[in-house]
Amino acid sequence: MTTSLSFHDLTLAYDRQPAVLGLKASVEEGSLTAIVGPNGAGKSTLLKGVTGTLAPQAGRVHFGTNTREDIAYLPQQTDIDRAFPLSVTDLVAMGLWREVGAFGGIRSKHRSRIGDAIAAVGLTGFESRAIGSLSGGQLQRALFARLMLQDAPLVLLDEPFTAIDARTMADLIEIVRFWHGEGRTVMAVLHDLDAVRAHFPETLLLARELVAHGPTREVLTAENQLRARQMCEACASTPHVCGRDIA
Amino acid sequence: MLEVLVDPFAEFGFMRRALVGCIAVSVGATPVGVFLMLRRMSLTGDAMAHAILPGAAVGFLVSGLSLGAMTIGGLIAGMAVALLAGFVTRATALREDASLAAFYLISLALGVLIVSTRGSNVDLMHVLFGTVLALDDNALILLCTIASVSLLTLAVFFRPLVLECADPQFLRSISGLSAITHFVFLTLVVLNLVAGFHALGTLMAVGIMILPAAAARFWTTGIGGLLIAAALIAVISSVAGLLLSYYFSLPSGPAIILVAGVFYTLSLLLGPVGSLAASSRRGPSLQT
Repeated sequence: MTTSLSFHDLTLAYDRQPAVLGLKASVEEGSLTAIVGPNGAGKSTLLKGVTGTLAPQAGRVHFGTNTREDIAYLPQQTDIDRAFPLSVTDLVAMGLWREVGAFGGIRSKHRSRIGDAIAAVGLTGFESRAIGSLSGGQLQRALFARLMLQDAPLVLLDEPFTAIDARTMADLIEIVRFWHGEGRTVMAVLHDLDAVRAHFPETLLLARELVAHGPTREVLTAENQLRARQMCEACASTPHVCGRDIA
Repeated sequence: MLEVLVDPFAEFGFMRRALVGCIAVSVGATPVGVFLMLRRMSLTGDAMAHAILPGAAVGFLVSGLSLGAMTIGGLIAGMAVALLAGFVTRATALREDASLAAFYLISLALGVLIVSTRGSNVDLMHVLFGTVLALDDNALILLCTIASVSLLTLAVFFRPLVLECADPQFLRSISGLSAITHFVFLTLVVLNLVAGFHALGTLMAVGIMILPAAAARFWTTGIGGLLIAAALIAVISSVAGLLLSYYFSLPSGPAIILVAGVFYTLSLLLGPVGSLAASSRRGPSLQT
């Protein structure tokens, strides 16, 4: 198998406090991987390290066949300012950024693709609605439509199924499985371990450091989960144990 | 009635100059004000308006009431405070609002001290409250140039600026423009504050930027409508403020800002989007 992404002793930190420490792992091309771990385990930080939003404190992220340009990234909903006066169409159209750039115009062929993406996530009729008037599930559908337009071989999802209804979650999981079927590499930060067991063949269990990585059934054992919780609690109570305040 | 509106501008050149200057400031500054508001940086704009003062005061110290010297001084001081406040926020435990407040208070005190040392109370009033009725050709050219540059830059950076406000993580994931966009935006804020400073003074400059933007928020939900509504409110406030100033012998800058304040208050009460009237029509909240 070809490697899509690998982490070489990757350390990511905020204000010199590590959120991910010395991570070594490889993600195969075309894999569908869940990133799980306790709160504060560094899951979202890892995605920011991959997108380049956060520069490594040490180590590096190596892209195999892809480049950083080949990423479609779904941020957490809390990172989005829903009060901003933006319509669903405008939000989804941002997925064409790599095609039209920061300054290019949206042409009729683009409009048709935007409409198709909105229809594919079941938001037809919502095109001119302000994003602030959408429910959490509707906003997530719009963000998935934006991911579709990005048409990237590497898809990173940060808590894609948090605070949405069961129907929306089922629909979005179908889209993720479709991407997986197309051979895209998908990595998703998740909290719902039942959903991980049901839909994600691979899992990376993180507690700032790597706890386990591999087939989901082998990773999500009671022993590994207990170890992850203990590692995170140890970091919280005795920061020096996990290398806080690194040089 | 028409004569009441037209005569002061038809008869007096200084009123026409004031009108052109105010329209330039309104059209250039309000789109920047809309983005300041949407980025929850309205108070940052206020702080930076004050921060311009010591630079303009040093310009005054060197060259008296010279347009060029005070403009360059204001630009340097405004950018320096914006960047220093950002650096202090990143490098220390202090939050950005506190570091901006500290810098602007120091700047304001320093600016007033410098002007008072060399100039008279009239000079100080000129710097603090502007001289919209005494704009000369050079000042008008400066204001119109800043407005044009500002609108063109906003048009070019519109898409990254919208994403920087609405979804900054996404912008950082797809483009390296995030930091540049922020810097360009801060530069536009300072440029427009310097323009506003010449017309309305350091204390009032931010008013024409923020009040129309805040009022427009109660009338429309789209970004395009917001930009147009804010500019319209600013232009109408400018015309009405100048007329009030002419007929009732009021200081022009505060009159313009107060008219914008009236627009804001009426919008807050009666606007169709999110105003008190709109909230009462929607009925009581289910939240306890």
